[in-house]
Amino acid sequence: MKLYTAKSDTVTAKRIVADDMILTKDMPTAAGSKMLDGYMSLLEAEAVTRLTAAGYGICGKADVGEFAIDLVGETSYYGAPTKDGKLTNASVEIVKSSEAMAAIGLDVNGSIRRAAAQGGLVSVKPTYGTVSRYGTIPVACSGETVCVTAKNTDDCREVLDVIVGHDDKDGTSLSETECAKLKKAMPAKSIKKVAMISEMCENVDAETKAKIDAVRAKLAAKGIEVTVVSEPMLSSARVAWNILMSAELCNNVSRYDGVKYGYRTENYTCIDDLYTNTRTEAFGELLKTVILYGSDALSTDNYMKVYDKGLRVRRLICECFAKLFGQYDAVLLPACSKAAYTEDMVAADKYIAFSENVFTAPASITGLPTVTAGGVQLIGPAFSENALFEAAKLYE
Amino acid sequence: MRYETVIGLEVHVELATQSKIFCACHAKYGAGPNEHVCPACCGMPGMLPVTNKRVVDFGMKAGMMLNCTINRTTTFDKKSYYYPDLPCAYQTTQWFAPVAVNGLVEIETSKGKKNVRIKQIHMEEDAGKLVHDISENTSCVDFNRTSVPLIEIVSQPDLSSAEEVEAYLERLKSLLRYAKVAECAMEHGTMRCDVNLSVRPEGSDKLGVRTEMKNMNSIDAIKRAISYEVARHIDAIENGTEVLVQETRRWDDLKGKSYAMRNKETAGDYRYFPDPNVMPVVIDDAWYDSIKASLPEFPEVKRARYIETLGLSEYDATQLTKSIAVCECFEDAYAVCGNAKDAANWLLSEVMSVLGTKKMTPDSLNINGKSLGELIKLVAEGKVSRANGKKILTAMFDDTDLNPAEYAKANDLVVSNDTGLMEKVAKEVLAGEEKAVADFKAGKEKALAAILGKCMKQLKGNCNPQVLREFLISEIGKM
Ligand SMILES: [Zn+2]
Repeated sequence: MKLYTAKSDTVTAKRIVADDMILTKDMPTAAGSKMLDGYMSLLEAEAVTRLTAAGYGICGKADVGEFAIDLVGETSYYGAPTKDGKLTNASVEIVKSSEAMAAIGLDVNGSIRRAAAQGGLVSVKPTYGTVSRYGTIPVACSGETVCVTAKNTDDCREVLDVIVGHDDKDGTSLSETECAKLKKAMPAKSIKKVAMISEMCENVDAETKAKIDAVRAKLAAKGIEVTVVSEPMLSSARVAWNILMSAELCNNVSRYDGVKYGYRTENYTCIDDLYTNTRTEAFGELLKTVILYGSDALSTDNYMKVYDKGLRVRRLICECFAKLFGQYDAVLLPACSKAAYTEDMVAADKYIAFSENVFTAPASITGLPTVTAGGVQLIGPAFSENALFEAAKLYE
Repeated sequence: MRYETVIGLEVHVELATQSKIFCACHAKYGAGPNEHVCPACCGMPGMLPVTNKRVVDFGMKAGMMLNCTINRTTTFDKKSYYYPDLPCAYQTTQWFAPVAVNGLVEIETSKGKKNVRIKQIHMEEDAGKLVHDISENTSCVDFNRTSVPLIEIVSQPDLSSAEEVEAYLERLKSLLRYAKVAECAMEHGTMRCDVNLSVRPEGSDKLGVRTEMKNMNSIDAIKRAISYEVARHIDAIENGTEVLVQETRRWDDLKGKSYAMRNKETAGDYRYFPDPNVMPVVIDDAWYDSIKASLPEFPEVKRARYIETLGLSEYDATQLTKSIAVCECFEDAYAVCGNAKDAANWLLSEVMSVLGTKKMTPDSLNINGKSLGELIKLVAEGKVSRANGKKILTAMFDDTDLNPAEYAKANDLVVSNDTGLMEKVAKEVLAGEEKAVADFKAGKEKALAAILGKCMKQLKGNCNPQVLREFLISEIGKM
């Protein structure tokens, strides 16, 4: 586990840790990859700029799994972060130790939500387009979002309030009026009815099941009706997201070719060798698998059969949520199937992150806001962050 | 057997916007290496593309000039391939919903008029440039050109000769320059062309094997390449000299030959997919109408107006309307001097001759048309001689702010009303030209011209030649 603490002693303002998908000018950003080891960016993330301007201080960078597509950070070039024999996550550890009041990071494949759920923290993945992605390492741009993780909903809301807003530098950024709907000063429509997705809550371990039950009980105690609903369609989000994410990743990481910056092999005599050997030597195994999978999904032969299907399923998932939100105010799901992951689990199933993301893919693929607290995810309609926070306050 | 040639063109044209397609960098040609770059256009992670609306304006305008249907929702896609001049290893282009489709361009050749169908026009970003240093055994990349906006104009295979290809390219250039969306100068690389060519027996409705020649950058080279390829294809068909395969070929203009490119350079799957960072561009009625309203008068309409309303000859109208730069200069000059024939005459003789000596093309004409009008007026009113008018015109090419009347005054180029000076000079010259005077008296008209020239030279041209001539004849009569 690597943590850049170069600035931690000098930052006296409210301290925020940024995960290593967030570009900073005065600290390297490696995205957990040998490819970008020591990479110093010429630009910093819009979220960092906004936090600094508001008097917060970035006290350090927290390591991530290579390009943030794994479970919780175990594929980092700098080694898997572990604690008491279990896998953990650098940002979570830093927030739990009070080194920083909150962490900001890029949620690509759910690792931030899984880590927060297992670490007992609160995390918000805001509505897609409300926090600028300018200055984040691009992986799966159609769904990835800058998230905030903290010890409680209040800290989470405070930091989210600072980084939300329109940004001309991000073509997918929503208007200021739309972004303003997330501000904590905006009145929230309180959540009265919650749909709990039965398929998602079944195949989880006992400890996770207990967390779900506890949340359910606390909501019910406050008069919020929790209904168990079967919605098998939501489980299809996983395969579709794996296709879209892999395709976009394959394309986005193609810029790391050893020509301009980052790692370059010493073993080449022509440009083709330079490309091949640089990427062979600097990318990890999981990333290589995803590159191949994504490349295949986009090939002329497979585009209609695979990638286009992924886009169609994305639309179906959006429709599925729209239908649910016609009857319920929010949807409750676990964030992961296990209370904790171990290195053995990953050794036994190299692609575990692409099955465990069955819980996180529905919100990733739709861009819907999600508050993870009490070990579960609460997903609401676009711009419903305030309502989600209010509900999560009951069980955080 | 007789054969016919079937040609389709893919023409890349750099759009003349101030900035690049997805970042604020300058898009102008001609800066030092990597002077016009930023983290976005050199592929640094974290930068996001922000679509330059002017590029869409220009793309729509180009589509309208070529009689295309504009796609009201147009989207951008990523095209992946590895090459060091492509910093992200993908190019943002339009694959699924290009800005304009189904156009029509009329061309005219010695065989008459013909319509060429346009399949589509799509917008995309250009790649950088590699500079190879053989002595150092290294290659350098210049990213100035990366993300400079391009349109690619794809024609249907409706062309059948080098002459038609030339007429088509000239026509595209003229239309796009009229709309002020592009420079279209092959010599600057702002217009490049891929030629798709096949040969088939005359009258056959089945297409022959097609070969593609990429990145052609001069009309003469294109003509030579077409005639070479046609001969190669026919030779292969008739004599079996080789088996034709569908392939991409490189034209070597120095050697006058085309070569098959290595498979590695051309093979590959571009893995197109919609760019999630570039939102679909929705063209509403207001936007569409504003672009439609900004279209220029088409060349034919202008030509007809010059003939019918301004009374110019067909020849003059045709010559003027070949270039929008010439038209604009003409119209400004006419607005000031009020005489269309005079203005056309100046443009087509004097201005063209200065362009010729300066080795400039009519498209690069940059003199101030209003000043030219002032100059024409000065000459017409006899205030400046035609010969001195040409001197002032030449000076106007170097200084676009030049005021002809002030310049004439400052440089002693104004026709003098001082007849005393003229008479004094004429008498002195005549005194030294006994032989010429005798010759003139003996009936040699030409002798007078020599005397007149000498006087004019001493008077620096600032004299009414008719008045001088009459004075000389009367003086000789007295001798
Ligand atoms: Zn730039």
